[in-house]
Amino acid sequence: MKKDRRLPKRFLCVTASAAAIALAATACGAPDEEPGEELPDWAADCDTYADYGSFDGETVSISSSIRGDEADEMTAAWSSFAECVGITIQHEGSGTFESDMRVRVDGGNAPDIALFPQPGLMFQFVDNMVPADADTQAAAQEGWTQDWLDYGTVDGQLYAPPHSANAKSFVWYSPSFFEDGGYDIPETWDEMMDLTETIAADGTTPWCVGFESGEASGWPGTDWIEDAVLRESPELYDDWIDHNIPFDDPGIVDAFDRVGEILLNDDYVNGGHGGVNTIATTSFQEAGYPVADGECAMHRQASFYSAMWPDDVEVAEDGDVFIFQLPGDEPGDAPMLFGSEFVASFSDDEAVHAVRQFLASADYHNLRMTTGSWTTAHQGADPENARDDALVRAVEILHDETMTSRFDGSDYMPGEVGAAAFWTGMLDWLGGTSAEDVTSNIENAWPSD
Amino acid sequence: MLGLGLAAFILVIVVLLALAELVAKRGSKALTAAVFLAPVGLLLGAGLVVPAARTLGLSMFDGSGENFVWFANFQWIFTDSGAQIILLNTLLWVVLTPLIATGIGLLYAVLIDGKRGEAIYKSLVFMPMAISFVGAAVIWRFIYDHRGGTDQIGLLNQVVVWLGGEPQAWLQMWPWNTLLLIVVLIWVQTGFATVVLSAALKGIPAEIQEAARIDGATPWQEFWRVTIPSIRPAIIVVVVTISIASLKLFDIVRTMTGGQFRTGVVADSMWFQAFRLGEAGRGAALAVVLFIMVIPIVAYQVHNLKRRQEETR
Amino acid sequence: MTSIPPANAPTPDDDNAVDVIDDITSKEQVKARPKPRTEVPLASGGHRLRKLLTSRVASLAAIVIAVLWTIPTAGLFINSIRPEADIRSSGWWTFPFNPNVTLDTYNYVLYSTGSSGGLVNYFVNSLVITIPAVLFPVAFASMAAYALAWINFRGATWLFIGIFALQIVPIQMALIPLLSFFSQGLTIGELTVIPAWNLSGSQTFIQIWIAHTIFGLPLATFLLHNFVSELPRDVMEAARVDGASHSVIFRKIVLPLITPALASIAIFQFLWVWNDFLVGLVFGGGPATQPLTVRLADMAGTWGDGWTRLPAAAFISILIPLLVFALLQRFFVRGLLAGSVKG
Repeated sequence: MKKDRRLPKRFLCVTASAAAIALAATACGAPDEEPGEELPDWAADCDTYADYGSFDGETVSISSSIRGDEADEMTAAWSSFAECVGITIQHEGSGTFESDMRVRVDGGNAPDIALFPQPGLMFQFVDNMVPADADTQAAAQEGWTQDWLDYGTVDGQLYAPPHSANAKSFVWYSPSFFEDGGYDIPETWDEMMDLTETIAADGTTPWCVGFESGEASGWPGTDWIEDAVLRESPELYDDWIDHNIPFDDPGIVDAFDRVGEILLNDDYVNGGHGGVNTIATTSFQEAGYPVADGECAMHRQASFYSAMWPDDVEVAEDGDVFIFQLPGDEPGDAPMLFGSEFVASFSDDEAVHAVRQFLASADYHNLRMTTGSWTTAHQGADPENARDDALVRAVEILHDETMTSRFDGSDYMPGEVGAAAFWTGMLDWLGGTSAEDVTSNIENAWPSD
Repeated sequence: MLGLGLAAFILVIVVLLALAELVAKRGSKALTAAVFLAPVGLLLGAGLVVPAARTLGLSMFDGSGENFVWFANFQWIFTDSGAQIILLNTLLWVVLTPLIATGIGLLYAVLIDGKRGEAIYKSLVFMPMAISFVGAAVIWRFIYDHRGGTDQIGLLNQVVVWLGGEPQAWLQMWPWNTLLLIVVLIWVQTGFATVVLSAALKGIPAEIQEAARIDGATPWQEFWRVTIPSIRPAIIVVVVTISIASLKLFDIVRTMTGGQFRTGVVADSMWFQAFRLGEAGRGAALAVVLFIMVIPIVAYQVHNLKRRQEETR
Repeated sequence: MTSIPPANAPTPDDDNAVDVIDDITSKEQVKARPKPRTEVPLASGGHRLRKLLTSRVASLAAIVIAVLWTIPTAGLFINSIRPEADIRSSGWWTFPFNPNVTLDTYNYVLYSTGSSGGLVNYFVNSLVITIPAVLFPVAFASMAAYALAWINFRGATWLFIGIFALQIVPIQMALIPLLSFFSQGLTIGELTVIPAWNLSGSQTFIQIWIAHTIFGLPLATFLLHNFVSELPRDVMEAARVDGASHSVIFRKIVLPLITPALASIAIFQFLWVWNDFLVGLVFGGGPATQPLTVRLADMAGTWGDGWTRLPAAAFISILIPLLVFALLQRFFVRGLLAGSVKG
């Protein structure tokens, strides 16, 4: 019996001292919150929101995959709206957003509003979705070009206006590194390949790449391929994402080979990390960091990468890192890949409509740009509000109606492909599987309709 | 809400017992049994039996749940190369985890038996049992983490570097990743095996061992011929429990790799198919495969139960 | 000699049962009642085998295993008190050479109003979820176990087997039907049998309790049945002879006797509920009711930012189960052992 008694006591001591440490933290009181960017005066003034009506004590729930700092910045952008109109907006960001939505919608317990990054996934729930009301439609039509609204429209009915928009076809580089080496920003793909060779010859590994992203590992690779397909031809791209041609069409294999000239060449990758075999295991968040250290010259990643640079890296044309558009085959013709979230709703409540209307307004989009690294295609948003020069550039491009641009193909394809087979395919391809085999494997995963 | 919950609890129990008393006074055995079993029956019926039946039905429909496809989903499981690796992984889990966890648990129980500080030894190994899989995923991240270069924050790769090797991205290399995920479950379950087997060791009647010793058995013989047979039932319980846990394993894979890099197992890809991809039929078919895999274990338990009842009758 | 009957002898409703208690061997006595461990302190099976190996090798092996099993958690704890930059750049094993300690992370995750903080609230949620979600299944399961073991009605065995077999239903598959039951009620044809529950905010605790109760019942019933069916039969019979009803026997005799088993199953269920992620995620109604584990899982930001807060948060989430476990470990094994130590 003795021993038995002694155990909990001693064990308890360990646990208790651990608890004491936790409690000691208590003594310090609440932490100093990092004061968010102050909202501009007009945003704090309740008159701004007079048209939305007033709702006392109503709660609107919003689900999304947005978490951590990004979630805090988003909440800050609608905070004074919510306070002024009297709606409690309860945001819940989940790392398993996609499967959560399936369970909650099928279980009849959907949130009021959900932010879907994938229109294809979103429209699987269209039977449960509530179309945009007249006010939200008006705000959306004012804010976006028809191309954009079409992604959230079914049978002529607008269901989900866009939220953020990301411009993806960018290459991050270090202006000072380019200046020191006497390199020019390439105007065409061929120039870019020449530059790649030159930089390699000068002794720096030109590209750094990282595909690791937890259970979504591989997705940065799909962006590469999409960019390449778009550069083969926009028509090919459209046929490809709509599955009018099989995934293993020779044109797509060509695109893989085009990317492979860079990603499968140990002389060209993976600056600061190792060789080709490190791409799959380098986390996409940190993959571009060697650019700032001069260990790698170029990193292809979307505008949102701006938020991922360490605090001491300055993003500006004359700063530590900046962006240029991934060039096309002809000078001046660089097609742009973009991604977006869409604001869908599952509730016909007036308060929910008011929140949707606000989320589609220029006011919200301007505010959201001031609260954190964020970009939007909303025409009423002033690009100058964006956090840094690179993001300003991205917003301007998103506003440019003359640009050849396409929605991110993997987000557009069915989940079996876009959120599964395509990702794993990219990793297999890096691992040495031929482009033909990879594409035909992905083709096999395409659901038969 | 807590108060309300507790009040509801007391109310429900009081009502049930009063009802049972009332029925018992009228002397009806069946009715009394019904009252005692009512809560369990209702809850399990609504919460498990109906969903199980629904799953059986769904497994023969396509993703939309509208078209009857006979056994196409099962055909997919046994022909698709991605699904085959899932079956193979599940087999690895269900063979390795119970075997190793029970083996180490037994060894450890023997090693510490009667040792000074036995209880502390036991609780150290038992501790992971109290940790959630979400917490375990965070814990093991600092073991399996990989980065290029020599500065590691994952212990495993640090050891590799110390030994002069190249750090590896363990969780992305099949079959290493599956084996390393299995290690996590072994880490969790070994304590359970240790504690149960240790208690069983203490339960062996001293006279049996005495008899073996008088017969001149070596300790080794005594262990295999007396100790092991004596605690056989406990070993079986441990193996069966851990087997079921391994078959139904979901959290470790979902939180650590999300089923990527060929780490998928049946329970996890059932979730992925049904809820991530919207392939309700395939998800349900995987669930049915899971049922079928557990049936032998249940049948074995039922067999034991019946035998025990017959022995005593 | 007649005080302890063999377990699983005919049940008390069998009128001839009294005559059967005669062939009790000492062996069966032992089997029916596993001796508490301390009664055979040093002479048990393992001890002597340990002598076979040299004592030193055995000790060393035991220490190696103990250390291996403790390292991961120790690493987590060390990282939880290190500053963010250290966690990011070096392994926790470098701590002795660079011992920077900070409680800022604990402070942040516990009290910050940001979306990665406020664990205090979730901690309370976890408690509110756990307590009823332990009491209900244990109480219901003990009633069912009693009925299955001692009310001798037809089909009891098969019903018991059925309940045991329900353990194989993956709970993932039960989520949607159960959730629609709460959100839409139950209708058969046009007839509304049970209306929609319409729970929101903190009311969704009810959903979580019910779901946990359901998922905990098969195992709890199974384990308790093993224990209840081993109770001494003559005690039950004496009570029957005195005219006690099943209800009275259950309350006055069975419950006190199975308290250790109840405790052990309650601890088991406690760990299960506290550590659960899926049920809390699906049935919870947002921040008002979600448990710690759900918050922990979504704590790191969209792009993985803030992951350095995970060790502190994870440690907070495992504190209570560790504590409960340390305090009540002794009771933990008994219920699990019932039915396994005997042949």
